[in-house]
Amino acid sequence: MVLTRAAKASRSKLLRPLTTSLSSTSSSLRRPFSSTTDDQTVLSIETSIPFTGHKVDPPSRIVETTPKELMGFFCDMALMRRMEIAADSLYKAKLIRGFCHLYDGQEAVAVGMEAAITKKDAIITAYRDHCTFLARGGNLLEVFSELMGRTTGCSKGKGGSMHFYKKEQGFFGGHGIVGAQVPLGCGLAFAQKFNKEGTVTFASYGDGAANQGQLFEALNIAALWDLPAILVCENNHYGMGTAEWRAAKSPSYYKRGDYVPGLKVDGMDVLAVKQACKFAKEYALKNGPLILEMDTYRYHGHSMSDPGSTYRTRDEISGVRQERDPIERVRKLILSHELASEKELKDIEKNVRKEVDDAIAKAKESPMPDPSEMFTNIYVKGYGVEAFGPDKKEMRAVLP
Amino acid sequence: MFGIVRRRIGFGASHASILDRCLHGIRPALSTSRCYSTAGKEMTVREALNSALDEEMSADPKVFLMGEEVGEYQGAYKISKGLLEKYGPERVLDTPITEAGFTGIGVGAAYYGLRPVIEFMTFNFSMQAIDHIINSAAKSNYMSAGQISVPIVFRGPNGAAAGVGAQHSQCYAAWYASCPGLKVLAPYSSEDSRGLLKAAIRDPDPVVFLENELLYGESFPVSAEVLDSSFSLPIGKAKIEREGKDVTITAFSKMVGYALKAAEILAKEGISAEVINLRSIRPLDKPTINASVRKTNRLVTVEEGFPQHGVGAEICTSVVTESFGYLDAPVERIAGADVPMPYAANLERMAVPQVEDIVQAAKRACYRSVPIAAAA
Repeated sequence: MVLTRAAKASRSKLLRPLTTSLSSTSSSLRRPFSSTTDDQTVLSIETSIPFTGHKVDPPSRIVETTPKELMGFFCDMALMRRMEIAADSLYKAKLIRGFCHLYDGQEAVAVGMEAAITKKDAIITAYRDHCTFLARGGNLLEVFSELMGRTTGCSKGKGGSMHFYKKEQGFFGGHGIVGAQVPLGCGLAFAQKFNKEGTVTFASYGDGAANQGQLFEALNIAALWDLPAILVCENNHYGMGTAEWRAAKSPSYYKRGDYVPGLKVDGMDVLAVKQACKFAKEYALKNGPLILEMDTYRYHGHSMSDPGSTYRTRDEISGVRQERDPIERVRKLILSHELASEKELKDIEKNVRKEVDDAIAKAKESPMPDPSEMFTNIYVKGYGVEAFGPDKKEMRAVLP
Repeated sequence: MFGIVRRRIGFGASHASILDRCLHGIRPALSTSRCYSTAGKEMTVREALNSALDEEMSADPKVFLMGEEVGEYQGAYKISKGLLEKYGPERVLDTPITEAGFTGIGVGAAYYGLRPVIEFMTFNFSMQAIDHIINSAAKSNYMSAGQISVPIVFRGPNGAAAGVGAQHSQCYAAWYASCPGLKVLAPYSSEDSRGLLKAAIRDPDPVVFLENELLYGESFPVSAEVLDSSFSLPIGKAKIEREGKDVTITAFSKMVGYALKAAEILAKEGISAEVINLRSIRPLDKPTINASVRKTNRLVTVEEGFPQHGVGAEICTSVVTESFGYLDAPVERIAGADVPMPYAANLERMAVPQVEDIVQAAKRACYRSVPIAAAA
């Protein structure tokens, strides 16, 4: 390997502003894109801030990663970012209807979690699910088609933005009722334990959902029965338009489990997220539930009908973008470790843009569901019973 | 006398006249439903449900039971007696009193492929978990275009018991049956209980299984076929408990027994009533109901629950839309009183349909004069 500076067990202090000498380093030290395949060199990188534990010893803030993984983080998050921004435009063009909850700013949580687990582990989340779906193996065409209500969508156009699923890759949706996904996630963990699979479930919820009673009901049962459930509070500090301090008497969500241990994590640092999720998986398999609070931020409003600036200042939003953006953090890491040049990273972003544009074009060509699809999938087994449209004399179907 | 009773009449009571002759000699305490199967074994509804659960848990290791007091207490109504001892605490789970939590956990387990049976101590408490029943269970197969199926059963006593007051007496049949994606079953006899519960557990979709506390202790004859572990009844098919030609009476759960008693009384007055045990509220067996009305031309619907937007309203609509020309009289509807269930015994009796109410409605449908009750 050419990069002697990236030898095993070397430590690098992160997030120093890039010196000009770095950016003009001669290319003789680097081979373009070799980093994207290098998964042997181990980089040990410190997380931005240490973890804070509640009734548990937090993991080390030194995270091991490889050039391939870091480059992968950059590509995945760039794709997610571009996808969400494109969805914004599509919504404004009225090609996406109803609800559209965007995840840009929070990409590190989806990507870091994925890096720590396998497709046999399960993830369930609420309605801000586009990026989690992508991380779990969904593709752009499925995303945009579903958003536009086309038959090539992941739910054949029958679900919409809030109801993406990919069961065979361990993604169980996609849920519209705030907080409902937490008991469901504990149920997934119950099944994993019942089957003795040695896998875990990550049930994500927001700071708004963190006050839901059913969450505590499910957590109580998960703790009683030692279920391998990890509750992930994606704390973006606003439950729709209500700031956390106005909704929660105790906004220390990682402590709200009381008898269930918790960890507070910088959710904008993909390596910290990966470390925390890795730790959580090992912990939950041995000891039962754990809470992870991901300190994160969404740039968009709650949904496309919320400008997002009536309850927070534009300075706050741009401040986070400048100081804590997850993609910028990884970009600086990559550049400081000389895993790729600025141009290479910009090319990746250009390719991502093209990928997204191509997927959108293809999705726009896709047909809407056939009218007969209205009456399919109501039941697995319909017993040949009749179902009706608004006028039963005009529209009826037999359920298979 | 019992020799006559024992003659196998089978489903549908094609020998209604034999039934009439039998019944004249029988003590009033016996319900008519005892007279149609081969004799020998009788079984209470409780035993029927218990044996159905036992057999299905034995047949499929993915089936498990979860609810309050189902394990060590042997079941609040002893429906799950013996199951904890037989299957262990991993398959019979006592939960804390947290319906929203444990119902959500059950639905999540079903997402993953297990086959939970969730017990509500009564369906009144299911309202605390109704979001999971409707939004997480019923709609998932549709919203995911078939990816997430939910093979779950929600069961427990439904409707009025005796003297338990307003918050513990509501019937939820109409509520759940209005929701596409759910199946709603309401057994009456032991045969119904066994066959429908087995069918519900084997069914790949979410099933709401409405039992009745006052029926748990009632005994019904069961044939060898019913006792077989592979027995099950089809979902979506009603049963004609008693054939008749003058008026159709539809009922489900406890009201089937009342309807059968009413039919006996009507028979003495020369009115031959056909009693349909709905068994399945969703899907509702509209073909059977309509075929019967086309034969008798008169309909009385009976239910215990609140009248407005109830099961009878749906049956009436189906008949008016499909068989209007066949009706010789307006549809009569007998339902619970439009009041929260009172406690005092006399008021409670007035709030729930009685046999006399069904008889009167049937007579009205047949245009027989009936003394009008004084208005309150």
